[in-house]
Amino acid sequence: MHNSKDFKIPIGPQHPALKEPEGFSVALKGEKILGVDIRLGYNHRGIEKAAEERTYIQDIYLIERVCGICSHSHSTCFIQAVEEIAGLAVPRRALYIRTIIGELERIHSHLLWLGVAGHEIGFDTLLMYSWRDREVVMDILASITGNRVNYGMNTIGGVRRDISPEQSQEILIALDILEERTKYYIEVATQESTIIKRLSGVGILSREDVLRLDAVGPTARASGVKRDVRADDPYAAYGELEFKVITDERCDVYGRTVVRVKELMESYKIIRQALKNLPDGPIAIKAPRKIPAGEALSRYEAPRGEDVHYVRANGTEKPDRVKVRAPTLANIQAVKHMLRDRYLADMPIVIAAIDPCFSCTDRLIALKEQESATGKIISWPALHAYSLEWYKKQGIDFTALNKKLSAKGLTG
Amino acid sequence: MSLIKKIITWARIKSPWILHFNTGACNACDIEIIAALTPRYDLERFGVVLKGTPRHADVLVCSGPVTKQIEDRLCRIYEQMPEPKFVVAVGACACSGGVVRGCYNVASGIDKVIPVAAYIPGCPASPKAIIDGVVKLLASLEDKEAKK
Repeated sequence: MHNSKDFKIPIGPQHPALKEPEGFSVALKGEKILGVDIRLGYNHRGIEKAAEERTYIQDIYLIERVCGICSHSHSTCFIQAVEEIAGLAVPRRALYIRTIIGELERIHSHLLWLGVAGHEIGFDTLLMYSWRDREVVMDILASITGNRVNYGMNTIGGVRRDISPEQSQEILIALDILEERTKYYIEVATQESTIIKRLSGVGILSREDVLRLDAVGPTARASGVKRDVRADDPYAAYGELEFKVITDERCDVYGRTVVRVKELMESYKIIRQALKNLPDGPIAIKAPRKIPAGEALSRYEAPRGEDVHYVRANGTEKPDRVKVRAPTLANIQAVKHMLRDRYLADMPIVIAAIDPCFSCTDRLIALKEQESATGKIISWPALHAYSLEWYKKQGIDFTALNKKLSAKGLTG
Repeated sequence: MSLIKKIITWARIKSPWILHFNTGACNACDIEIIAALTPRYDLERFGVVLKGTPRHADVLVCSGPVTKQIEDRLCRIYEQMPEPKFVVAVGACACSGGVVRGCYNVASGIDKVIPVAAYIPGCPASPKAIIDGVVKLLASLEDKEAKK
């Protein structure tokens, strides 16, 4: 693909610019990036398989540890699917508490991201500031749930801990501090000339590319695509709360920064409303240990974007299949696109701008041919042909549409 | 103990440089390690500095159960570190595998691959626990050097 004059450098799996093990093979011409090959899989632990061998209650704690930053997102997403299969009506108070924890988690994740982004552009003061302020929300999470990360708050049919009036007072005080600090960050992000100059025009992803590559979360919203599960398909208590979906038209890393910082303000608004309207009643209902046979797909707006869990139950106390599609998997193709023809020095911040989480992403599927005795793994073109064939049998023909799309240059 | 040796020991204990390596963790321990280095906890007051390359590091801080993909890389990074070197296993996964113990793709613990000097339990290990572990490691080194 590249001629011998081009330079190829490996980045990762251990590299100071990367916080997690992942590999990038970057083809360079001078300082310009010609293409990037992304190598994932260093974090693959086999959680989906492990989930099949554990009971639903054990799975909550296992699924929570898919990712240590958006742990509540994963466990809520999984539990929503299980509750749907079992047909459980979760008490409203539990839904509100889930929402509050979910938003507190978004605050902690976005502040964390702001610091990492500052670090990647050599603005370490911002890292130290935002991580100091992040401790405020970590203290709140620790006092409500008992742990700083991996809260263990969810259980099938509700939540495990209640929020007392004193605790809700504590949260409100903390929110005031955080809001004041966030106003300062908005000022920094919109007025600090070094940030504006460093981030503007870097990692451009147009609206069309977002739709074509299916980016999610702040990455999509920064390109003007109003895509937020909380508003599109409300879960937990989001249907009853009022908030704005923040979008930006800048389409670059700077736009993503602005979207995230402004989303912090929306999170404070959501938590204040939820605490004010916190309904009375039980926090959990008794759930059966054996979940009836069935399947469900659940969506959740994690701090990084849309998280999707699929659960299939077979009537026993263990799930038949659990599938996790984390937001980073949806966004990683966009990174490849954003880096093409850009400078190598932009690479760390462009990768950091999607807020990647590779431990969420590293899932493995091996598709084997059914009839062959050797169990040969199906190649990508063969799988593509098979899917077209399968849909044709169902009476849906994609060939005409595919031709139309490829004529417009819209298929990858 | 000669004076030169005393000075070397003092210098080593007062400024341990660390390398953080994620061996397949879920990020929770990793952000707690970074949190330990930021203003609230400030591990730097013990002379601890985060470095980017194994060749500059005295202490390898690992988090995660060691996946099969990372196993060879972990050995290679350990071999690249200059002597004397120490490994700290942070979190339940790094100590014994934690929730993913026995999964098909993990080695269930750093000590299955390389020797470990200190174990810091917790899921995730809180920054306070990490600071406690590092300080205890430094104290044990001081004792060991004094006995020589």
